[in-house]
Amino acid sequence: MEQILANGIYLGSQYAMIALGLTLIFALMNVLNFAHGQMYVIGGFVTYTFYGQWGVPFVLALVMSCVTLAIIGALIEKFLFAPVIKGSAREESTMLLAAGIAFLLDALILLIFGEKQRGVPKIVDGVFNYDFRLIMPYDRILICVLAILSIVAFIGLMQYSKTGRALRALAQDRIAAQLMGVNVDRYSMIGFALGAMLAGLVGGLLVTITGVNLGMGGATSIKAFMMVMIGGAGVISGAIWGGIILGFMEAIGLAVLSQYGDITYLLIFVSLMIFLAIRPQGLMGKPWG
Amino acid sequence: MKNISSKQLVSVGLLLFAIFVAAPLIIGATGRWDFYFTLTSVALLAIASAGVWLTFYIGRINIGQGAFALIGAYVSAILVVKSGVSFWISLPAAGIFAAIVAIVIGLPILRLRGVYFAMITLVLTQVVTLTALALPITNGAKGISSIPLPSGVSLFGIPIIPDFAAMESTKLAFYYTACILMIATYAALYRLVNSRLGHLCRSMQQNEELASSIGVNISYIRMVIFAISSFFGGIGGAMFGSIAQSVYPSSFQVADSVNFMLNCFLGGLGYVFGPMLGTLVLYFGWDLLFELGKYQLLVYSIILIAVIRFLPNGLLSVRIGKGASK
Repeated sequence: MEQILANGIYLGSQYAMIALGLTLIFALMNVLNFAHGQMYVIGGFVTYTFYGQWGVPFVLALVMSCVTLAIIGALIEKFLFAPVIKGSAREESTMLLAAGIAFLLDALILLIFGEKQRGVPKIVDGVFNYDFRLIMPYDRILICVLAILSIVAFIGLMQYSKTGRALRALAQDRIAAQLMGVNVDRYSMIGFALGAMLAGLVGGLLVTITGVNLGMGGATSIKAFMMVMIGGAGVISGAIWGGIILGFMEAIGLAVLSQYGDITYLLIFVSLMIFLAIRPQGLMGKPWG
Repeated sequence: MKNISSKQLVSVGLLLFAIFVAAPLIIGATGRWDFYFTLTSVALLAIASAGVWLTFYIGRINIGQGAFALIGAYVSAILVVKSGVSFWISLPAAGIFAAIVAIVIGLPILRLRGVYFAMITLVLTQVVTLTALALPITNGAKGISSIPLPSGVSLFGIPIIPDFAAMESTKLAFYYTACILMIATYAALYRLVNSRLGHLCRSMQQNEELASSIGVNISYIRMVIFAISSFFGGIGGAMFGSIAQSVYPSSFQVADSVNFMLNCFLGGLGYVFGPMLGTLVLYFGWDLLFELGKYQLLVYSIILIAVIRFLPNGLLSVRIGKGASK
């Protein structure tokens, strides 16, 4: 039981960070970022290149992941999403763009980093062992703590800084925010960059444990979508709850249902459908966000 | 409909001519027999895309067509291989089964809108793949292979459909079958859009609450539309399985679901024939870029992004004027 709880917290903290980035981008621009999983993979590969191949300290490699993804995110928003949102009759057109970007990033990852599974050396050795009831490698604990710290830092940024206030205003009402003197174009770009940066940061953190490969992108996006649906699209607390709930469901499912084969995700989906039938906007979401 | 203009008749005639006469002639002249397979795939994917387009028509973004295509492919394969049913019976059965699944799943999820519906349909694709891996009847990851070719059908001793297995080359036969199915699908789609139901769908696309308040039974209509949409998906998938003579859980994946949606977007959501054009351009473009080797995906995605960047309302929106004709 302790083991399941610990696994749940560990998975949940990673998932919550992925969902946070996705939900931030959705709240600001009403864009469903299909490329989120690919951004996560790029983050992983950047950390792999810096830390695993060139021997740069891990923290610096993480920073490089964040910076790379923030730049990519800002460029994508400025030169692709912003003009398309202005020019299209239906805002769903951005989904086509997002899918195109997902393909593009996949192609770039393939060309630059190749298709092999990559891993990096452990950042800390040793295993935490409490009476054989709770076994957790130290590096997982470290990653989990780092993830929770990042989430706290992100919430702090959103709540107490000027940028965060502007972003929240933008998410509530774009036009009203503009009337209050928020530079909408600039903060959209910052918000998108921030969302992409979060994806890159998780990628960089998780590369130390699961490694990274090209095929992880799509699966990660799907998980992120599920978390956002559980919590409610475009709500920050919802994304965190969604991540934690999915993390715990996965941890419990893998522990309890392992003898029945790979049906954890099937059950998660069925329960998600029943849940959404009762509460279509998710836990925290506004109706029809 | 009664008020079909002569211009529309000419363009439909041209399309039919291009499909049934010109394309085989060109292929025969150039000797590129592999194009038959490409064009057959285009026709079948266009059928499934037509379904996606129909859900767009009631204002829902459907990224779950891959799920129904996979269901259709499995139903047809299981009926043909395990029960020995003729393929031509299993084809509508696959469509109907997909439609029934759509109704059962649609009851809860059709209440969702916007991105919520988009996301849950996307997850649905993944789940059907997982189900196919887990169920015993679908044979897990090994899938169902060596499905027999469609057998002949004769009515009162008169052969209507020849036996595919007795043919030297099934490519042409499959090509014609797929094209006939595609034309039937789009004819049905056109008729549907220009019927009373189509008008009701348009009202739902614009504002569901308003439509509901003036007496449109929105929950019934969206169920019917989702079922029809999935029926198309099931038919397309079943035919695909029959051509490939095999079905695997990976036959239709999330990427395929996304592609079905892209076909609709690229062709333009305001035009019945948009998904057909979108499928042709996307699939053919992908095939033509094959010679670029490892740069295929890169060039393809750059072109895709460029198209949506400069023509955000779809390819058909280039037409001069507003292009209001449906």
